[in-house]
Amino acid sequence: MTEPLAFEKSRASLPGPRLPAAGVPEVAPADILPAGALRSTPPRLPRLSEPELMRHYSRLGAMNYSISKNFYPLGSCTMKYNPVVNEVAASLPGFAWLHPYQPEDTVQGALELMWDLEQALCAVVGMDRMSLQPAAGAHGEWTGLRMIQAYHEDRGDERTEVLVPDSAHGTNPASAALCGFRVVEVKSAPDGRVSLPDLEGKLNERTAAIMLTNPNTVGTFEEEILEIAEMVHAVGAKLYYDGANLNALMGICRPGDMGFDVVHLNLHKTFTTPHGGGGPGAGPVGVKHELEPFLPRPTVRKENGHYRFDQERPKSIGRVRSFYGNFGMLVRALTYILAMGGDGLSQASLDAVLAANYLRSRLDGLLEFPQPPPCKHEFVASARSLPNGIKALDLAKGLLERGFYAPTIYFPLIVPEAVMVEPTETESKATLDAFTEAVAEIVRLAQSEPDRLREEPTSLPVGRLDEVAAARNPVLRWSPRAAD
Amino acid sequence: MAERKYTATHEWIVIDGGRATIGITDFAQAQLGDVVFLELPKTGAKVAPGEAFGVIESVKAASDLYAPVAGSVVEVNERLVQNPELVNKDPYGEGWLLKVEVEGEPQGLLTEAEYKADAKAEH
Amino acid sequence: MPYLVHSPEDRSEMLAAIGVESMEALLSDIPARLRIQGLDLPAGLSEAEAMGRIRALAARNRTFEDRLTFRGGGVYRRFIPAAVAAVTSKGEFYTAYTPYQPEASQGWLQAIFEFQTMIAELTGMDVANASLYDGATAVAEAAMMAVVQTGRDKVLVAGYLHPEYEETLRGFAKGRKFHVLHHPSSAGVVDPGSIEKELHEGIAAVIFQQPNFLGLVEDAAALTAAAHTHGALAIACVDPISLAVLAAPGEYGADIAVGEGQQLGLAPSFGGPHVGFMACRTELVRRLPGRLVGQAFDHRDRRGYVLTLQAREQHIRREKATSNICTNHALCALAATVYLAYMGPDGLRSVAGTSLSRAHHLSERLAALPGFSPAFPRASFLSEFPLRVDQPEALLSRLSERGILGGLDAGRWFPELAGVLLFCCTELNDPGALDELVEACS
Repeated sequence: MTEPLAFEKSRASLPGPRLPAAGVPEVAPADILPAGALRSTPPRLPRLSEPELMRHYSRLGAMNYSISKNFYPLGSCTMKYNPVVNEVAASLPGFAWLHPYQPEDTVQGALELMWDLEQALCAVVGMDRMSLQPAAGAHGEWTGLRMIQAYHEDRGDERTEVLVPDSAHGTNPASAALCGFRVVEVKSAPDGRVSLPDLEGKLNERTAAIMLTNPNTVGTFEEEILEIAEMVHAVGAKLYYDGANLNALMGICRPGDMGFDVVHLNLHKTFTTPHGGGGPGAGPVGVKHELEPFLPRPTVRKENGHYRFDQERPKSIGRVRSFYGNFGMLVRALTYILAMGGDGLSQASLDAVLAANYLRSRLDGLLEFPQPPPCKHEFVASARSLPNGIKALDLAKGLLERGFYAPTIYFPLIVPEAVMVEPTETESKATLDAFTEAVAEIVRLAQSEPDRLREEPTSLPVGRLDEVAAARNPVLRWSPRAAD
Repeated sequence: MAERKYTATHEWIVIDGGRATIGITDFAQAQLGDVVFLELPKTGAKVAPGEAFGVIESVKAASDLYAPVAGSVVEVNERLVQNPELVNKDPYGEGWLLKVEVEGEPQGLLTEAEYKADAKAEH
Repeated sequence: MPYLVHSPEDRSEMLAAIGVESMEALLSDIPARLRIQGLDLPAGLSEAEAMGRIRALAARNRTFEDRLTFRGGGVYRRFIPAAVAAVTSKGEFYTAYTPYQPEASQGWLQAIFEFQTMIAELTGMDVANASLYDGATAVAEAAMMAVVQTGRDKVLVAGYLHPEYEETLRGFAKGRKFHVLHHPSSAGVVDPGSIEKELHEGIAAVIFQQPNFLGLVEDAAALTAAAHTHGALAIACVDPISLAVLAAPGEYGADIAVGEGQQLGLAPSFGGPHVGFMACRTELVRRLPGRLVGQAFDHRDRRGYVLTLQAREQHIRREKATSNICTNHALCALAATVYLAYMGPDGLRSVAGTSLSRAHHLSERLAALPGFSPAFPRASFLSEFPLRVDQPEALLSRLSERGILGGLDAGRWFPELAGVLLFCCTELNDPGALDELVEACS
């Protein structure tokens, strides 16, 4: 049940699509350009009729798992339902057809939307200002760290290190390195929380910032966050909040009150913009007043009921991409926030925590849990105790076979055979029960028929693929030579 | 045959006269899994003890390779370009990485017993 | 409440199964002084009310008709086949996660493999990645690749690169601690001989845009050759539609080709989301940032696709990764894939050709009007061109009154281009629209 590539379905004799004729005297490229500037061979794009094209991509779609179909238990990914009305909102012609360089008086609605979203997000996380420009979480991290860097430099303070817990997502150290910082790893205590003695030993006058998420990566709340904030601020460093796990906390507590100075959010996690198979997302970054001068330009300013872009920001780190951000994602996020309201967002977080604790209690006895309950919006289990050498990977593939997606596995790195699960607030009890049943069946199979389990999945378009061979001799594109 | 020595970062080294052969240990290759790619220095490059001279990659992991001694590279195992699996199959033999002209006196190398105790403590 | 699934009974049953009395027991580890009582936000709205509010915001924007939009500057109104949205709006695509579990994600992986192939074909390069955020960050990522590859700490921007791309590049350079030199061009395009002096300083890469920000065609082959003479890489930031006509970066020997893919089936959407693309020579593949899809086989020898060479990426390499990027703009890349599959080589050529013919026709007619003149008469262009006009602001507001979005004021970024407007034409600016513009300018 595989599908040929579009290139393999292409037929050389097929004419191109009907498109507008010039309707003015035709100018041949060769008339206006030197021969050396012209293309010599046309790109080998496929030639397909529209019916064939639609069927091809529909078939590809049918091979995908998606949130429309079923549950994604992916830890740290917050795969919740994507409200369909958000898609309608973003495709309104008044948004979709706006050119980014239109005069400001013709885009007042767009600027107001950005302003409203900024205010709403600031209210959720307890920050003073926010930039909506970053295109994704990692981009937001980098933007936030650049602001912290600029803040220290502005004070004539040379700071070269960023502290990152050993349980952190890989983007944290990568973003810090991309900013030119030396990454210093902070150890986690056995309960998954930051080890305060280790932190104390690593904080000093070189520390620019520490990057934390709360709840942390194993899904537990950093109870000592206020003490941590005090220690970090005492050496003149800043606290950076990775918003990956914000879905646990809306209306319950705010990173701003915990002492965080900079916060990035993932609109594609907490605020339901779709993941789109890997993007586009959006990663707004909020700051406290002290860091506001360093926000990327432009920011949106409201003056006498009129909105405008504020380009003149002398201390700004400058823009971090073209234009103003993934605007279409901002429309979706504000639509969601309006529909949910303060009450709905708070209930969403409560339900997310409830679902995680419920599923954790159901899985207790099937898998090992390195941390005691309660968890927040997600939990980490370990497949280490499964018999007959069955690994987290086998559990993951077994779940695919049973119609579920797999949890995040082998992350965080501090838990062996980690199985990280985040059910979100939009999965029903019935779904969570069915998932539990699937895990139970796999655990039984691990005992009785481990070899069968190692063969799974067998009912999907392909079985387990040889990733080692793929990486040793990478084939990253179709080419006619290989096909011949 | 000269004695094989080790580093805490899982390289091995055999020094014979002024020339050393360097590779990664069996423990290291098992931890990494199937090796898919190596980035190794060119002949003539200088290596320094404790400093990274290359990278080894499996599908799910990547590690820096650290030089056990100071020296200049006189030979690189070219077979690994096409056959990185040699590191998994025969880490102490055909899966060697570099030959180095040793400069100065090697320091801080571990004996097999010391290395094994070290690796055990790690896991 | 919208999108929440539990009934009050469900919640009670779940709490009972957990073995706690109330939600408070699950939140007991949060210090009391951090707790807040709800959010300072209005209460939720019905879908009808929420959409009412959103529609009102949309209505406060003014959209110009496709046919009367003559403004580009990196974002263009082009014909988008209905097939594009029909594919990208499938829940199977837009609500899917990153394809980390290949067996359940073959559709996405194959679509990205097709995208990589199409970008490699368009640019004439060996390989392309699974996409980046946008053109600006693609330029920055390419520069960082070159800095690592060559071990040098300066890059040279030659001529008119999109000013927002250059500003973005400078931000990344500050973080990564390399220098960005800029070589100005007084004739609209760069004289390749004139960059020699900078090249002697040990440059990691020469970065140029083709056609450049003003729409003018650079001598890309000569710039590339000059870079190579001094051991620098050549990074071409290209317009994908132009590649139906212009020499591909691979044809003139560029090392890395990047660009913005908005024109390939994406709405302007006030500047995003769009899609950056990046392609390179095989030797540089392990320096590529971001995701890559490769071909793989299962034990029954069925062909499939997987994310590959992941040891470059942040989730494995952490602070030593080639980039911090985690995302690709997959859904936008899918739009581009469907667009290019729809167009095929002939369609793309037609779109480029029609735009070019109309732009040259328009340029001649406008330049013939009093108070209008080509800003750089000796330079060639394709479908976007700079005109010097006497009173740009008055002209633009006059056009706006007639429903026309006129040329982009380049003086906003470049003082030497005060009074220069960049006009563009696409296949959507029909001949009647050209007449309307010319008449309104007269």
